Amino acid sequence: MAKDYSLEKRKFVIGGFITVVVIIFLIQLFNLQVSDATYKENADSNAFFRKVLYPSRGVIYDRNGKLVVLNQPEYDVMLIPKDLGNEFDTIGLCNVLNITKEELLSKWADMKNPRKNPGYSAYTPQKLMSHLSQEDYGRLQEKLYLFPGFYVQKRNVREYATHSAANVLGNIREVNAKDVENDRYYRRGDYTGDLGVEKSYEPYLRGIKGEEILMKDALGRIKGKYEDGIHDVIPVAGRDLTLSIDIDLQEYGEKLMQGKIGAIVAIEPQTGEILCMVSAPTYDPSLLVGSGRGKNYASLVSNRLKPLYDRALQGMYPPGSTFKPTQGLIFLQEGTITPSTAYPCYHGYVNGIRVGCHAHGSPLPLKPAIATSCNAYFCWGLKNFIDKKGSTPSAQLEKWKNYMVEMGYGYRLGVDLPSESRGFIPNPDYYSNSFRGSNWRANSIISISIGQGEVLATPLQISNLAATIANRGWFITPHVVKEISDTVIDSKYREKRKPSIKKEYYEQIAEGMRMAVLGGTCRLANLPGLDVCGKTGTAQNPRGKDHSVFMGFAPMNNPKIAVAVYVENAGFGATYGVPIGSLIIEKYLKGSIAPERKYLEERMLNANTIISSGVKEH
Amino acid sequence: MESKNIDANTSVFRWLDWPTIIIYLILVVAGAISIYAASYDFDRASMFDFNEFSGKQFLWIGLSIIIGCAILLFDYRIYETYAYPVYIVVLLIMVVTIFVAPDIKGSRSWLVLGPVSLQPAEFGKFATALALAKLFNSYNFTLNQKISNYFRALIIIFIPVTLILLQHETGSALVYISLFFVLYREGMSGLVLFSAVCAITYFVVAVKFVEPLLLGIPIGEFTVFCMIIAVFCCMLLFYCKDAIISRNVLIGFTGSGLIVTALTLSGINVPGTWYFIGIIVAALIYVSIAMYRHQIERYVVTIIFAAASVMFLFSVNYVFGHVLEPHQQMRIKVALGIVDDPRGVGYNVNQSKIAIGSGGMTGKGFLNGTQTKLKYVPEQHTDFIFCTIGEEEGFAGSSAVLIAFLALILRVIHIAERQRTPFGRVYAYCVVSYLIFHIFINIGMVIGLCPVIGIPLPFFSYGGSALWSFTILLFILLRIDASRKERRD
Repeated sequence: MAKDYSLEKRKFVIGGFITVVVIIFLIQLFNLQVSDATYKENADSNAFFRKVLYPSRGVIYDRNGKLVVLNQPEYDVMLIPKDLGNEFDTIGLCNVLNITKEELLSKWADMKNPRKNPGYSAYTPQKLMSHLSQEDYGRLQEKLYLFPGFYVQKRNVREYATHSAANVLGNIREVNAKDVENDRYYRRGDYTGDLGVEKSYEPYLRGIKGEEILMKDALGRIKGKYEDGIHDVIPVAGRDLTLSIDIDLQEYGEKLMQGKIGAIVAIEPQTGEILCMVSAPTYDPSLLVGSGRGKNYASLVSNRLKPLYDRALQGMYPPGSTFKPTQGLIFLQEGTITPSTAYPCYHGYVNGIRVGCHAHGSPLPLKPAIATSCNAYFCWGLKNFIDKKGSTPSAQLEKWKNYMVEMGYGYRLGVDLPSESRGFIPNPDYYSNSFRGSNWRANSIISISIGQGEVLATPLQISNLAATIANRGWFITPHVVKEISDTVIDSKYREKRKPSIKKEYYEQIAEGMRMAVLGGTCRLANLPGLDVCGKTGTAQNPRGKDHSVFMGFAPMNNPKIAVAVYVENAGFGATYGVPIGSLIIEKYLKGSIAPERKYLEERMLNANTIISSGVKEH
Repeated sequence: MESKNIDANTSVFRWLDWPTIIIYLILVVAGAISIYAASYDFDRASMFDFNEFSGKQFLWIGLSIIIGCAILLFDYRIYETYAYPVYIVVLLIMVVTIFVAPDIKGSRSWLVLGPVSLQPAEFGKFATALALAKLFNSYNFTLNQKISNYFRALIIIFIPVTLILLQHETGSALVYISLFFVLYREGMSGLVLFSAVCAITYFVVAVKFVEPLLLGIPIGEFTVFCMIIAVFCCMLLFYCKDAIISRNVLIGFTGSGLIVTALTLSGINVPGTWYFIGIIVAALIYVSIAMYRHQIERYVVTIIFAAASVMFLFSVNYVFGHVLEPHQQMRIKVALGIVDDPRGVGYNVNQSKIAIGSGGMTGKGFLNGTQTKLKYVPEQHTDFIFCTIGEEEGFAGSSAVLIAFLALILRVIHIAERQRTPFGRVYAYCVVSYLIFHIFINIGMVIGLCPVIGIPLPFFSYGGSALWSFTILLFILLRIDASRKERRD
């Protein structure tokens, strides 16, 4: 094929194009490198130094506006290895930092150790030492000119205005590799919330980081801001939280629980706001701040009483007799009983099997059965419900389970704190499996009617039941944060949840619980003028003495507080549960304890039930 | 038989284009040294340590030279005979890559084979070049013979483009656009390239200059309207060779312009968009009535060109605001200097300009660059490798590199034109196109003249795939070229 010579000329267009491009590039290079001095100036000063400006973390108030968690400045000693002189005054630095030469050398080795500090580079800022005190900082700042390449990074750490509520507040820790990987916000060395609201409200609390662009000279000395700081980004402070916790009540609750294992949860029924959430034993949140953090954290983890374990929302306990109101409600709603239905009690439920009960009149209708906590009554109720004619135990138990779930059992309630447990409510499949296909009937599972057997609940769920009864049939998902500055809390914490049980049945239960206080198991909770309603529980457990449980609310009409108390291995509900619960109610509603009840307070404060729990303190 | 083989081999080395090979060797060695400088850390190991980028790059270079020699030892006809099979195999590998490649920063383009990671998109380049060359080598094939020939060429080009886009490697896919140079050389109308230049110019002007307003429209848009009118008049004059109509149109535009200026000065607001649309439509109607010469299709082309330009202008704002993704908008805006964003997208460019600018006339000296060492320039051993050269070797070094590339490209054009078959010529122009595009975009981006598009600098950027790809590309060309004196059977 002959060449088309008219097209061959096009090589000049293509060759010309790239020649022109190269000439333009050469002109631009000449501009940048030879004629334009500004790039040279920028570069003569060697490099930008981008200093992170940390926002101050949101502070935390209690429900009455008391500042509970605040920030305190803390200082890290940073350095850029490349910028250090060939030799620097080691002894001088030790004196300024108030450490020995050995300590300095070991910190130096840690910094360079790629295993402990995987991001080490001689060219980028490295942290030599953290948690510098205010005085050490002042001294170093004065002498900083002696140590080129060194600088000080200011950080905010937490300071606590209280010694309690560690389980609710949580703390902050340095981010780990996983945090950095999962969230682009974090850089190595940043802090993030750990446990409590610090963790669950981390995105609100942390704020937005800023940045300062500084210029350095060849010796690593800061020469001022790049272009007068017009490119700097000002950090945005984190949002403040207002807790629903009443910090005084929380402190009081923790005092009452000293020497005991267990939990107290108090809720304001109308709002679902948690007034106090005590987990015992607990720890001082200040332990996890500053240089002692690592050591203290390790000792908390290894403590056999597990203070880091939040029993109020992680502990799964048999609810015992505090479960009976839920049974009464289901039986009423399902028509198994009417308020006047009475069942006999021959010192217990005797029907092929035997479930014991204590001495009281017989037969009883619902309200006195709640007041006296009659086991037989609820066993009969469950028997008639499960073995209902024309239905199967499976279908009935399925219904039963659905009611329980509506009332907040069996699943996480959805509190705004990390690691809530869901408790346990058995369903028909569970029993089909555990009885391996053989028929099961009411008698096989009868103990669930009195909150024993397979049923497990968290103190939070028990407290939520008290709040539901106080409201006569609805509750709001319990939560510990009442307000977030400049925004609103999740709508989930403002919406009512209603179990499908009629209000009038809740009224019956409330009256029964009132009778328990006036003349039943909760007489110690009878506070004049407060119309307390209550229900005790004495939960059997395979490990040691019974657990002492109380659930109640007050005043009966227009209730202001609902409370659940759970004390492990403390015996009857009336011995510890009722006094502690009633003291919490009294403290919250009256502000102080009446003189005639001081003896009770005294007794609770001094009691120690850990001895009977079988766990040895060390 | 044996003596013939020896003959063939010696002739390969006898007719090998040594200037290209020398430039190639200079570039790859300079590349490895730059990589060493870019990733140098004073307490780190030597240039040849295989744990360092530079050591690995020397390994890649060694393998490249072996690959290059192997290519030279094959008979030149193999590349023509197996052009389509090679193309199809590479395409299949690229399809597989989409599904098996791990997600690396959003792109699925790396095929991991044990310790080695390869980017099949890079090898698509020489495969596409071979296929395109083979197509043009078909018996009696010329591009302008029939329209379906364009389709066949475009299909060969756009299949790999689509596959690479599916791997989310927009930069590598754009490289294939450069093959339009090949089509141009083979007879595609220059109007296409002219349209492309106009489109880019209009786009840049319209997007870049948004203030102040003139006649109620942004000054950029105003300028583009004026440019469309000027291009229209020029096309009438030089392309249709019709001085009379061109003059009349120009008089009409000038007259209406004066009227509008007068109206504006006397305080009457003239809506700019409607004014321009009005006069352009009037001019188009006038030309379509007045054209009477025998070259009627040139008038039609001119009219369509003007109308399309106006429509293009209107779609620019839409495309820019609605079709491009925010990060792409941002990169374009930074490249055009509309936004100054020294920490975001502009940070890389700003830092790389500072690094290059700090080099001065003769540079800071090998390994003495501070900007690139401080790791302020990202991707400094890959896409931004030119920074290191600019900083350490200064204007002298960086312009030497640019001129070496220019020499290579001009040399390959020279090689292309001495080929006796369309196969050799088209293949060589493919090499030219790829080189032009890579150098234009990569260096343009580093010195702040082009948007940031992540493609490597040939022979310099760290990475085996890109180096091998360009080596294969170049050595196949050298092998084809070396056979130019052999007798055709």
